[in-house]
Amino acid sequence: MKQNHKTRTLFDKIWSNHLVDQQEDGTCLIYIDRHLVHEVTSPQAFEGLRDANRKVRCPQTTFAVADHNVPTSDRSKGIENVESRIQVETLEQNCKDFNITLFPLLDKRQGIVHIVGPEQGITQPGMTIVCGDSHTATHGAFGSLAFGIGTSEVEHVLATQTLIQNSAKNMRITIDGNVPNGVTSKDIILHIIGQIGTAGGTGYVIEYAGEAIHELSMEGRMTICNMSIEAGARAGLIAPDEKTFEYIKGRPFAPQGEDWDKAVSFWKSLPSDENAHYDKEIVIEGKNIFPQVTWGTSPQDVSPINGKVPDPSQIEDVNRRKAVERSLDYMGLEANQNIQDIKIDKVFIGSCTNGRIEDLRAVAKVVDGKKIIVDAMIVPGSGLVKEQAEKEGLDKILIEAGFDWREPGCSMCLAMNPDQLKPKERCASTSNRNFEGRQGREGRTHLVSPVVAAASAIKGSLSLVEDI
Amino acid sequence: MDKFIPIKSIAAPLRMINVDTDMIIPKQFLKTIKRSGLGKNLFHELRYDLQGNVKNDFVLNWDPYKSATILITGENFGCGSSREHAPWSLLDFGFRCIIAPSFADIFYNNCFKNGILPIRLDQNDVDHLMVEAENKKLLSVNLEDQTIINEEDKSTGFDIEPFRKKCLLEGLDDIALTLKKDDKIKSFETSTHQSFPWII
Repeated sequence: MKQNHKTRTLFDKIWSNHLVDQQEDGTCLIYIDRHLVHEVTSPQAFEGLRDANRKVRCPQTTFAVADHNVPTSDRSKGIENVESRIQVETLEQNCKDFNITLFPLLDKRQGIVHIVGPEQGITQPGMTIVCGDSHTATHGAFGSLAFGIGTSEVEHVLATQTLIQNSAKNMRITIDGNVPNGVTSKDIILHIIGQIGTAGGTGYVIEYAGEAIHELSMEGRMTICNMSIEAGARAGLIAPDEKTFEYIKGRPFAPQGEDWDKAVSFWKSLPSDENAHYDKEIVIEGKNIFPQVTWGTSPQDVSPINGKVPDPSQIEDVNRRKAVERSLDYMGLEANQNIQDIKIDKVFIGSCTNGRIEDLRAVAKVVDGKKIIVDAMIVPGSGLVKEQAEKEGLDKILIEAGFDWREPGCSMCLAMNPDQLKPKERCASTSNRNFEGRQGREGRTHLVSPVVAAASAIKGSLSLVEDI
Repeated sequence: MDKFIPIKSIAAPLRMINVDTDMIIPKQFLKTIKRSGLGKNLFHELRYDLQGNVKNDFVLNWDPYKSATILITGENFGCGSSREHAPWSLLDFGFRCIIAPSFADIFYNNCFKNGILPIRLDQNDVDHLMVEAENKKLLSVNLEDQTIINEEDKSTGFDIEPFRKKCLLEGLDDIALTLKKDDKIKSFETSTHQSFPWII
């Protein structure tokens, strides 16, 4: 039992700090510090509140933005698709009725909820943060316990500012030593998912540690934590440090003045104690991680780009073999095919995984002065990311190279809006899921880092930067 | 939420691992602002072709599985997106119980909020029940006793957290239960505000 350990992990500390009540059977009631809301998973929750004549308990710690369903073309004349428009308008009305801060569609702070939270300083170490979206794990990069919830739980948090939860187990994944040059945070997390599988983290909160993680920027850390859900984990965490504090300082919703000093001294107490107990420890040699790509329809279907498509006949487990056969059939790939020979039709750069300024800079650096030969869409994660990129002239480089420069939103990561693949189209995508139909019915997704996506756009096939 | 009452039904066998919530209910059906009416879109891409015709190679399009209230499937069911539209569509189709070796966390939670019982069993037990399902045998699921009983009266037990069991059996409203603890929430807020004023 955790109580018997004098030392505590980062997760243990946050959990015990937020425990409102614990029943005899172990079921806990935990307090939620920040609640992020978007248009797709919230309408039914607000409807539930109205039906029961309940209020939002803490509107001041609840923040909303429309992202999933918004077009990424010019929006100044409103949203053409009726259902999408109703959903966005419903969010606006709900925020008005319940007095919740909304970053409206035409406000430059609008963007993907997991990019907006950190950008506005809403995300802070030691907090509990929830959102009706599985990629809420992103915020764990700040050392906050952040996880996705369903709509019923959204309603529960709106009404009570708490959640009924069972505690999770602690897992630590340490990247030992540094990764080779050219390997990005996306490659690290894809490699991890390939190692532990999409159910490897089920029941756990994963803390990422080690030199390679420590070295990452906040953007890179967010990419890692973001995909914790693809490893099945409830949340991902990285211990806060000076880089974290530096990132938060001065942002609109960050603590100010005297509160700032208090907050920083509290945040410094959060990292796991030395010798803290983990239920599971995994160590991965950094030097063994190469640029990754997925070949199948599960995020665990990864390979180094210079590898080959696997041969299902070599897989012993019958369920796994059938899954791989189905994937290859869906993806239109042959066993043992060289991955670098796979031609692509489209490139998507964006999403809560890789739609931040650092990602756009990396892409611009690869394509500067070159021309891409496939359709490629680049969707900044927020209006502020877009503005910053334009200030740096990145938009010019990208447009000159042939990219379609879009308005912010989730876009083709989940393809709820018009940004979709056509049947059988093959896409190198910086997003987080390669499920069947994810980016459009019968569309074929290969998950990659921004630099690999950029190189692939130039070459027309899955490619390393050094091969263009 | 409806109370979970004992069920007796054939079970639909879905021999797939890592079934994700995008597959259970594709994104185009997430534009609704209601919880109801999603059953017809359950597993949409597997049930209908590009022209919208019913596909004959998918188990939920076959009699008698169309009317099954139990689903048996592979490990890590419900992975991916947190969309509660997944259990809503399963429920609306008629499923009250899902049996698998493992479930993704968020989906597992979401089931309980909608009166669906997700049962985790060893792969061996799931394999046996899968065969029963493929042979169109009836299964009885009793939550009170925590048993699944086949036509030959062979019983398979399952585990469930006591609190979740109680909520399902009694059809309890989580929010009403939590609001009974309002005093505790208030005192938590007061003490947090004193120690960490930048949080609340």
